[in-house]
Formats: sequence, C-alpha cells, structure tokens
Amino acid sequence: MSLTKSERTIIMSLWDKVSSQSEAIGTEALERLFLSFPQTKTYFPHFDLHAGSAQLRTHGAKVAAALGDAVKNMDNLDSALSPLRDLLAYKLRIDPVNFRLLSHCLLVTLAVHLPADFTAETHAAWDKFLCQVSAILTEKYR
Amino acid sequence: MKENKGPDHQQWGIKGQALKQQHKAASDTFVIDHQQAPRRDTMVHFTPEEKCIISKQWGQVNIDETGGEALGRLLVVYPWTQRFFDNFGNLSSSSAIMGNPKVKAHGKKVLTSFGDAIKNMDNLKGAFAKLSELHCDKLHVDPENFKLLGNVLVIVLAKYFGKEFTPQVQSAWQKLVAGVATALAHKYH
Repeated sequence: MSLTKSERTIIMSLWDKVSSQSEAIGTEALERLFLSFPQTKTYFPHFDLHAGSAQLRTHGAKVAAALGDAVKNMDNLDSALSPLRDLLAYKLRIDPVNFRLLSHCLLVTLAVHLPADFTAETHAAWDKFLCQVSAILTEKYR
Repeated sequence: MKENKGPDHQQWGIKGQALKQQHKAASDTFVIDHQQAPRRDTMVHFTPEEKCIISKQWGQVNIDETGGEALGRLLVVYPWTQRFFDNFGNLSSSSAIMGNPKVKAHGKKVLTSFGDAIKNMDNLKGAFAKLSELHCDKLHVDPENFKLLGNVLVIVLAKYFGKEFTPQVQSAWQKLVAGVATALAHKYH
C-alpha cells in the first residue's frame, strides 16, 4: 500500500489549506477523540483534558506538527517518522487500535473545516495516508 | 437459576463483602437463553440529550443523497467493499462510483433502514434482528463492514453539518453507529 502521485498531490493540497490553523485542527481532533472514545483518555491521566485546556492545545499542536512533517516528507515517511516511531515503541506504547480512532477523528475534523474540499477522492487519499502513518508508527512495537 | 453457593464470605470480612458484590453482579448479568431480551450489560444507553441531538439532526438529513454519499464513499475509500456489489455496473473510478445510480439507490435503502434505528434507539438489537440474520445467512457480510460504513456516515454528517457537528454531537453519533453495528452483528452464528 503506497501513495500514488495523484494521492500525494491531493493530500498536500488539503493540508496547505489548513496549515495556518493546524494547531486548532490537532487540538480539535484530540477533543473529538476523548469525547467519542473515552477509553483513549487512559493515556493521559496526568493531563487536564477539558476543552480549552492549555495541555490539550499543546498536545494538539504536537500532533499537528508531526502530521505536517509527514505531509512534507511523504516521499520518505519512514525516516521522517522514525524518532516518533521509536518514542512510541519504547516509551509511550499506545495500543495500535487507537491510531485508527485518532485518524478517524482527524478526518472528521477536516470534513468539518473544509466541507467543500473533502470530496470522496480526498477522503480516500487522506484515509490511506493516515493508515500508512499509523502503520509506520507502530512498526517497532514487536 | 440455582443460588451460588460460593465460599463463606462472612469469615473474609471486608474482602468478603467485595467478593459477595462481585458474585451478585455476575449472577445478575448472566443470561443463559440468548433468544431473550438483550443482556443489561451489553445494551447501549442513550441520554435524553443524545436522543434529542440525533433526532433533530436526522430530521435535517437528505436521506436520498446522504445514503448514496455514504455508500459511495465506503466503496471509494475501502475498495475491497466492492466485493458485495459485482452487479452494480461501473465502479472503476471515484466519480463513476459516486455517480452510479445503483449505488445511490442502495445507499438510500441502507440509510432509510438506519432511520429505523433512530426510532428504536432503546432496542437496537430487537430492531435489527431480522436484518442481522439476513446479513449473516444470505448476504455473508463481515460485520467489520458495519463499523466502516458507520464511520463513513459520521464523516458525511460532519461534512454536511460543519461546525454544528461539535465533538459532543459526534460522540452521540458514534454511539449510535457503534450500537447499530453491534446490533447488525448480534445474530451472526
């Protein structure tokens, strides 16, 4: 499963449209994750997860930054995501199922903010991309 | 059902009390006959607010278009789901799928049925019992597909409602689509 040239163009083009508000996108995706899938909060017992919390915004910004990096380096996702991949495998060890949940919430957030641009084709490209990112991030788990 | 004659909890003091609670809880939810009413512990419960949000938004949904949109996206985003629709004609590209009249018609049918879920939120398993049997015995659909379609529907609703589709609203819908997926898988054997 690898991204075609046309898929990469679609992915970059959508991200371009939200990159100026990427922190808000990352934060909103996390809010959605914690509300729709409360079990994901178990990874953040040390956080204040209420809407608007500074910790949530900081973490949302981190998620968005990682995503932005991935978009910029789609030709070489492996090495771009390598540090995060190691952190997840050896330290954070978030269960792989949760990547699918966060990916879904990111797609919902994108659909909410860019309804006209989120065509079926765009939806497909982004779903595939997030799937790939998730696969790489959990590659070193065992 | 026989009374559970476990160890003598009295002699175990506080720990015994906790064990007694556990045994009671276990026997409360233990059901032998699967044909009876849904087990209390596995039923989805919607708050009045969640029911209100869902009914209100459902009233604004264009069933004709949304069904086709959701089914179409399922076939585009997860192309392996096309395996169930060999006789649907042209599914060769995203635009072919989204414009395909059979996809639209079937999407409408699926979403109309979803509307039944909304009228029966307190008994999804009962409402979908017959459909569950159909999907298992005649259609041979892997229940994983119900989850996929449910999430695609959430995304389509998000696109349609925009900012109104707040995280709270999404969470109510996620509960519903998960409940429907479970109900549709319930009669599988």
